[in-house]
Amino acid sequence: MEHTKYLVVGSSHAALEAVTAIRMHDAEGSLTLLTRDPYLPYSPTVLPYVVSGRSAATGIFLRDEKFFVDNRVQLKRGTELKALHAERNSAELADGSEIAYEKLLLATGAAPAIPPIPGIDQVSYHVLRTLDDAKKLHAAIKQSKQAVVLGAGLVGMHAAENLVKAGANVTIVEMAKQLTDGYFDQVAAQMIEKAFTDNGARILTGSRVVKLAPSAIGSALTLENGTTLEADLLLVATGIKPNMDYLDQAGSAVEHDQGILVSDTMQTSVANVWAAGDCAQAKGFFTEAKVMNAILPDATEQGRIAGMAMAGDPGLKHYPGGVPLNTYHFFGRHAISVGSSKLADGAEVLTRFDDASGRYLKAIFKDGRLLGIFGVNEFFDGGVMCQLILRRVDLSAVKERFVANPLAVGRELMSQLWR
Amino acid sequence: MGRSYNTIAFDAAKCDGCGDCMTACATAKTGSEDQTRSRIQIVGSADDGFELALCRQCGDPKCVTVCPAAALTKSTESGVIEWDAAKCVDCLLCTIGCAYASIALDAGTGHVAKCDTCDGAPACVPACPHDALTYITTARIYNEVGDWEDLFAPGLAGCQGCNTELLMRHTLRRVGPDTVLATPPGCVPGMGSVGFNGTTGTKIPVFHPLLTNTAAMLAGIKRQYKRVGREVNALAIAGDGGASDVGFQSLSGAAERNEQILFMVVDNEGYMNTGMQRSSCTPYGAWTSTTPIGKGSDGMPAQGKTQDAKNLPLIMVNHRCEYVATASTAYMEDLYDKLDKAIEASKVGFAYLHVYSPCTTGWRFPTDQNIEVARKAVETNFVMLWEYTPGAGLQFTRPVDDPLPVTEYLKAMGRFRHLSPDQISHIQGKVVENLAFVKQMVHQARA
Ligand SMILES: Cc1cc2nc3c(=O)[nH]c(=O)nc-3n(C[C@H](O)[C@H](O)[C@H](O)COP(=O)(O)OP(=O)(O)OC[C@H]3O[C@@H](n4cnc5c(N)ncnc54)[C@H](O)[C@@H]3O)c2cc1C
Ligand code: SF4
Repeated sequence: MEHTKYLVVGSSHAALEAVTAIRMHDAEGSLTLLTRDPYLPYSPTVLPYVVSGRSAATGIFLRDEKFFVDNRVQLKRGTELKALHAERNSAELADGSEIAYEKLLLATGAAPAIPPIPGIDQVSYHVLRTLDDAKKLHAAIKQSKQAVVLGAGLVGMHAAENLVKAGANVTIVEMAKQLTDGYFDQVAAQMIEKAFTDNGARILTGSRVVKLAPSAIGSALTLENGTTLEADLLLVATGIKPNMDYLDQAGSAVEHDQGILVSDTMQTSVANVWAAGDCAQAKGFFTEAKVMNAILPDATEQGRIAGMAMAGDPGLKHYPGGVPLNTYHFFGRHAISVGSSKLADGAEVLTRFDDASGRYLKAIFKDGRLLGIFGVNEFFDGGVMCQLILRRVDLSAVKERFVANPLAVGRELMSQLWR
Repeated sequence: MGRSYNTIAFDAAKCDGCGDCMTACATAKTGSEDQTRSRIQIVGSADDGFELALCRQCGDPKCVTVCPAAALTKSTESGVIEWDAAKCVDCLLCTIGCAYASIALDAGTGHVAKCDTCDGAPACVPACPHDALTYITTARIYNEVGDWEDLFAPGLAGCQGCNTELLMRHTLRRVGPDTVLATPPGCVPGMGSVGFNGTTGTKIPVFHPLLTNTAAMLAGIKRQYKRVGREVNALAIAGDGGASDVGFQSLSGAAERNEQILFMVVDNEGYMNTGMQRSSCTPYGAWTSTTPIGKGSDGMPAQGKTQDAKNLPLIMVNHRCEYVATASTAYMEDLYDKLDKAIEASKVGFAYLHVYSPCTTGWRFPTDQNIEVARKAVETNFVMLWEYTPGAGLQFTRPVDDPLPVTEYLKAMGRFRHLSPDQISHIQGKVVENLAFVKQMVHQARA
């Protein structure tokens, strides 16, 4: 049986950061990285730009072959983890072979969650998570005249914008009352919605698809209120679910809930197995409960911690907990969201809105500490804001100035506190 | 071997917030004078001073790891984090990754922008009217030296934070393998030059002369090599005790005979490896184990050393050696320049290099402060950096026009903590006197 000191499963952000962290501390230990994807590593986040054609599908790779050679990493592409036999430190692959490991990282990310709508198995639809998905969608967009996007999260909105720009009639159907729920508040969501409707898209929030059926041009959708829609292109972007089927196959003892449950050093419930990124469920910064925080910056952070823990790096620092972070570009505008949008008890909300420039800013404080800051067309340094939150810096004395100019005041605080 | 990189350094104390650097950057990078578009941002700080938000070209950059488009890469050549406009998708994730506000949206273009050091000629640096910005290019030396063979054992037994290891490794790399090394008793053999358990600590022949005969033995060895027709460098690395006290007669004799050797003195101002006793190079007022602080005797309180230090390098000038220089590890470019000249000079005659070497253990300062203490010595003129050749006479290599008060140096370490105001003014007086003395020699050389 093949044997490796470190086995990393997945080849995206969490996995790559772990590889770097392991090699920082252990330059020699044998390291194998396997991914079921056939390509060199790339980010799911760049895929909307492959769909639009802005990024060349050949120019998005995060590492080249040389990186793996230079770092003495054995890269196995098109290789899927099928079952984990943690009790004997062995990973079973799709072809039935096994790899024995000393330390294992599960960085298998997530896949689109497909809602159980009656008839969904009768129609053809697109999803967007892999480069192959993106290539297919890129080709389909050019042909589409009438498209429907299910789900108004950031994945759906990005694709919808691409479709609008490619000249299709686009309808976005979202179950929740507002767009981009969870990242942006109602005011911001309305600004986003207006940009879309101004550009000709139709948005149906608070709507549920109850039936799907094949039709002449592609598929027919029936909504809860009886409305019917037809689509020559249907994109399902209603959410994601972690890739962790390999845990079920062998009745493995690795504890999982919505995702694989991990400690503050990304260790799972069993020995020698760590998990990081979109497949992991770790402590939230604002709550002691374990949450899913499926965003790119957190995948890198968790990957680094897992790698350091696996290699026994004494510099290891515990995970502070996930902070929601996001940036979003739409029709030439941008929105940034850092921190929690949930209103804690006793929280104080300061907002400002400038109609003329379309600038919107909202900051949430509790006991003088920043909990979250959200802006549309208002640039601030998200990394600095995130530190203010993580360090629980008391902003009572500068609150008004801060809200008036988060860019300048944020930099001033950075300069005083941690530069 | 990792690479060193050039860097833009900022001295907050010199900045008055005029913003000329920002105008220069905006002009160079965007063609507009709009300071908000500058990649160097001067920001106010709590104490009414100024600091900056500028890309520090991190070794382990967060912005690069969060970029989904592979648009940011750290160049292993220049160390600069490079941004590829063709790959960037304007997602702004990098601005969330960076905790230092060093990559930000340029509203003028809609893209992110960051400092690229203008390909090694940063526009902001010359624009600063107060010299608050400097482009530090010493990396070149470290890279060049890093490519040469390290002739010292990988591990050695120095005190934590001692700069002598730096000196030994750099010097041996520079003189190269065709060298015979003499290391008389002192910190250098104590750290391992003469080795342990029958093996030497260097990859070149090394011997351990007596304190009293270092220069004589080395001179003899050099002559023998010459006689058999072999070209070798003869190098001594000695402490100040071995050179200025009991070793002085052989040093002086070799210099007077103009022997073709390079004699380097690592001056830590005392016999530090044997328990921190005074030497003739220990400065006035300094605590050592033989110049203690306490009640004293005969009604006289003990106040550290009661005599002034001997100025050994100036004495060596009076031997009219082929080359004499003083150096400091806080000024590596200067040190390297002098090392090169000393090696050349030692091919024709006696070369003497006197390096000031702060001692964390004996001088009592935190182990991370060595280079800072060395720098303060020069900035206060307590130590002066100069060189001498018979042709050009004595010249300053790094004159300090506006020296800090000597207290800035004294308070950096524990061995001067007890000083009375009278003692401090004595030391300040000596600094002024020594400076005047050296200046006079410089003046004579010019005349
Ligand atoms: C269209 C889109 C847009 C996005 N936009 C943003 C954004 O703007 N901001 C943001 O923060 N985040 C965004 N995200 C989310 C972000 O991409 C993810 O959080 C991030 O990629 C998670 O990284 P990861 O390493 O955990 O997993 P993934 O990127 O999901 O990678 C998982 C890896 O595991 C491999 N794998 C999975 N199962 C197996 C198996 N059984 N055997 C072997 N290999 C396996 C996969 O091939 C892949 O290499 C977006 C995602 C999508 C899809
Ligand atoms: S804005 Fe450009 S450089 Fe920054 S993370 Fe996004 S793609 Fe990378």
